[in-house]
Amino acid sequence: MAEELKPITKTLGESLRESGVSRRGFLKFCSVTASMMALPPAMVPAIAASLDKAKRPSVIWLSFQECTGCTESLTRSHSPTVENLIFDHISLDYHHTLQVASGDAAEAAREAAMHENEGNYIVVVDGSIPLANPGFSTIAGISNLQILEETVAGAAAVVAVGTCAAFGGLPQAKPNPTGAVSVSDIVKDKPVVNVSGCPPIPTVITGVLAHFLTFGSLPELDSLGRPKVFFGKSIHDRCYRRPFYDKGLFAETFDDEGARKGWCLYRLGCKGPMTYNACATAKWNQGASWPVESGHGCLGCSEPNFWDAGGFYNALSIPDSDVIRQAAYVVGAGVAIGAAAGALNRSKQAKAASEHETVTIDDLDKRS
Amino acid sequence: MQKLQDIAVRVEGKDSANPPVNHSNATPVMHEVLHSLKQLKERGVAATIDLKSIPFGPGDEEELLHHLGCGEVSIELQSLGKSRICETLYPGVWLIDHYNAAGERVALSLEINRVPEIVKSQPEDISDAIIRLEQQLNPDSSA
Repeated sequence: MAEELKPITKTLGESLRESGVSRRGFLKFCSVTASMMALPPAMVPAIAASLDKAKRPSVIWLSFQECTGCTESLTRSHSPTVENLIFDHISLDYHHTLQVASGDAAEAAREAAMHENEGNYIVVVDGSIPLANPGFSTIAGISNLQILEETVAGAAAVVAVGTCAAFGGLPQAKPNPTGAVSVSDIVKDKPVVNVSGCPPIPTVITGVLAHFLTFGSLPELDSLGRPKVFFGKSIHDRCYRRPFYDKGLFAETFDDEGARKGWCLYRLGCKGPMTYNACATAKWNQGASWPVESGHGCLGCSEPNFWDAGGFYNALSIPDSDVIRQAAYVVGAGVAIGAAAGALNRSKQAKAASEHETVTIDDLDKRS
Repeated sequence: MQKLQDIAVRVEGKDSANPPVNHSNATPVMHEVLHSLKQLKERGVAATIDLKSIPFGPGDEEELLHHLGCGEVSIELQSLGKSRICETLYPGVWLIDHYNAAGERVALSLEINRVPEIVKSQPEDISDAIIRLEQQLNPDSSA
């Protein structure tokens, strides 16, 4: 362990070459990295030039009020060679679920990584931070708030992985018994990247780390602090079932003809139009499928307060078929309807959040 | 109570009574390929389409690859896992299929080019080859 904590001076290009990887292999690595970072293939030469000179950043991973689903997601990334290569070139110095060291040795590893890489390391956080009582969640007897403030002080940036760390998530769901808050509620003087999702898509987590490794900077963020390359478009806009929405073809129950034919799941409560994430293209389990492809609407898990946003099976607004017919004559009608539906959804969501609707068994079998 | 094996399973696309659902997401990609092919011919500009960034429904990718087919040239690369590269039925349109060492697909793209960039020998590797060949021919002079 001690050997690993020494500052790394070799660049990624040098160490790959030393381990017998040809330039052609390196270019393949760069193409895969570009695809993983959701960057256009035209960026490959720029990525190659940067990665060649990239140095291995130190990463400290902190887990607070969480279910370990985010780490489960990360460790099941479906391209192990690429991830392994990246992890060979990222120094994951502290992760209390994955690391071998425990007790005092683990805390010593964290302190050593912070000291050796002062000002340059990345802190990854999963889980929310309880403020009601510091004793609700501690690591080595230190409260989550204290360990976060202490570790972030010398960091270059913080990556909040999962909806709990990004927005408070499940622990913050009403009535929020622990007084849970997000990382960005506490960290104000460092850049915070929110990689939301419950769990987040594995390649999105590694994509953000790869971006930092490649360019030494953080990707461009949206208004909620999420990387635009992954969260720039709604699930609805990238959904392969979108053409059915535009034609007004909807599944009304989970076992009707529309459901069997793979029509739009909007009326069954799909939150795709108001949810920004990369599931529609990145997919899950080695690209096998994703919720909508499996016949279930999006839950909106990468959005703030998704748990309190009304029933998962409540259609937040029913698109009027007359509107669709009229709008079909307008260029870009689909986008306009999507935007209008999104606005309706937001007001309904706010209403639901204040009233805290619960889901009944009838909702599961609801017919619009 | 109904048992799992009693539930009738109907596989779509197996016969004419159950045709596969067509999501029509392959056709726009074919148009993009055509546009890129014209750019290659008229201006010599190469292009790459990352197929993993396109929201395909079930069957869309298969349909696209079926239409493109496999043409005269197939190349297999062995570097950080296997890569299969083939020219499709349309000369100038190459399918590049990268796998990792565990045999899992890590990238799938189309390159519209005379020869895919990754197939060409790289200057760094050529320099390496010169050094190694020199060492082999003059083992005593190597420092």
